[in-house]
Amino acid sequence: MTELTCIICPNGCHLIVDDNLNVTGNKCPRGVVYGKQEVTNPTRTVTSTVKCDSKKLRVCPVKTCDAIPKGKMFDVMKDIDSCFVHVPCKIGDVVMENVGGTGISLVVTRDIPE
Amino acid sequence: METKDIVIIGGGSAGMAAAVAAYDKGIRDILVLERGNFLGGILNQCIHNGFGLNAFKEELTGPEFFYRFEEEMEKRGIAYELETNVTSITPDKKITYLNRSGCKEVQAKAIIMAAGCYERNAGAIGIPGDRPAGVITAGQAQLYLNEYGYLVGKKVFILGSGDIGLIMARRMTLEGAKVLGVAELCPYSNGLNRNIQQCLIDFGIPLYLSHTVTKVIGKSHLEAIEISQVDENKRPIKGTEQRFEVDTLLLSIGLIPNNDLLNKMGIPQSRSRGSVVNEHLETSIDGVFSCGNVLHVHDLADYVVDEGKTAGESAADYLQGNLPRHKETLKTVAGNGIGYVVPGEIDMENAPEKIAFKFRVRVPSKNVYIQYDFDGEVVKRIYKQTIIPSEMEIDRLPKSLFKKKQGTITVSLIAKEEAK
Repeated sequence: MTELTCIICPNGCHLIVDDNLNVTGNKCPRGVVYGKQEVTNPTRTVTSTVKCDSKKLRVCPVKTCDAIPKGKMFDVMKDIDSCFVHVPCKIGDVVMENVGGTGISLVVTRDIPE
Repeated sequence: METKDIVIIGGGSAGMAAAVAAYDKGIRDILVLERGNFLGGILNQCIHNGFGLNAFKEELTGPEFFYRFEEEMEKRGIAYELETNVTSITPDKKITYLNRSGCKEVQAKAIIMAAGCYERNAGAIGIPGDRPAGVITAGQAQLYLNEYGYLVGKKVFILGSGDIGLIMARRMTLEGAKVLGVAELCPYSNGLNRNIQQCLIDFGIPLYLSHTVTKVIGKSHLEAIEISQVDENKRPIKGTEQRFEVDTLLLSIGLIPNNDLLNKMGIPQSRSRGSVVNEHLETSIDGVFSCGNVLHVHDLADYVVDEGKTAGESAADYLQGNLPRHKETLKTVAGNGIGYVVPGEIDMENAPEKIAFKFRVRVPSKNVYIQYDFDGEVVKRIYKQTIIPSEMEIDRLPKSLFKKKQGTITVSLIAKEEAK
């Protein structure tokens, strides 16, 4: 049995996941998905910034376009450090594929026209 | 002097939502004044995700969230000026503001205040010890890192468990800093549970509840801090001191509505430290509205947007003559256990069928009722299994509960046993 705090939304439900992966304590179905995922293969979305050549902003915000395995967060950050974004860029532009060897892409989260 | 139907002060979540809502109700002559270099307000630096779950049913980062409103503004061609500081507003709605093109005056027919909030800083709590560089608010560190690209320190301690501090604990850890701990004066956390999990527990950062910083040490730059446990009266306990060698102390000790402009107009202040408003978010001055964090500090940008929308629609109603003010109103009072209540007044003749009461409790409580008294008579009790100060509550009550146009509604927290 594992006790967890659901991180899907600000409710932060207190979840209990038993050994057969039954989830209780959730207020919505997303808690069940999260509870199972968290005890079998915990994942997180990583958000950060990368350098860019904008005249107005020194850095451009980015995120992994899907959740990545929790244990790979620092591998992802290492790759993010080596990235550079040329402007103009748009929300969703891919900065790097397979970031940190996760199979997930790193994408821009802000439109920067110049 | 130039005139405008609506001038909106602040181009963040609340201001943009208000502008779009007023436009969609038929108002075209709108001007948004924004202090920053971009629209979006504080969300420019909130690059983390978790925004939009209520408003859009998807999880967005701060910049992605405000971009949706920026797009709506651009689509409608709503005018805005950036890098613009409003210096004063007169009670007859004359606004003076400054920007690169000089000092200007504009006569507004309606004003929507949406200027957000600011952080409590070191001066507000008077930490004993030295005054070196390296003690800064969590939001300031967030600005430096997420917009300017500077990491403010390598060894960090955080005072206060507010959400910005928790989010910065994770952010700085990911950027290679070592966060040694978070001290919280209260015996409970003031951040969202999910942030305790994903920002502290995920990275093994200890949370010291009932602790505070009792000494700041450093000649020119911060060298160390000392924390102590506090007793039930929040006074430090001698002999519990722990020392941490750090170069940065982040403060995440609360947010205060940035409401000076309305205060100076003589508009009464609420216990939220924003202005007293009615159910249409109108202040004591006709045609002056307030919404978002300048009215009361919210937990979620999604709720700020809702409030901005209400303010925008109300301002349009006012300009179109659909929001007459009546002398008789209900007043709301924050009773036992309640920090503040918004709205402070209700004009029953204008009120919608359901009235939203927004409030915060003073301390975390379990198995309690929120009780609504109308002129001393209980009209509603709402059971809450758990209720905590860091989460704003919204109760939507039918207007029919209040059968008079004048009177006092007291909102209070009572134990389950008391309710019998």
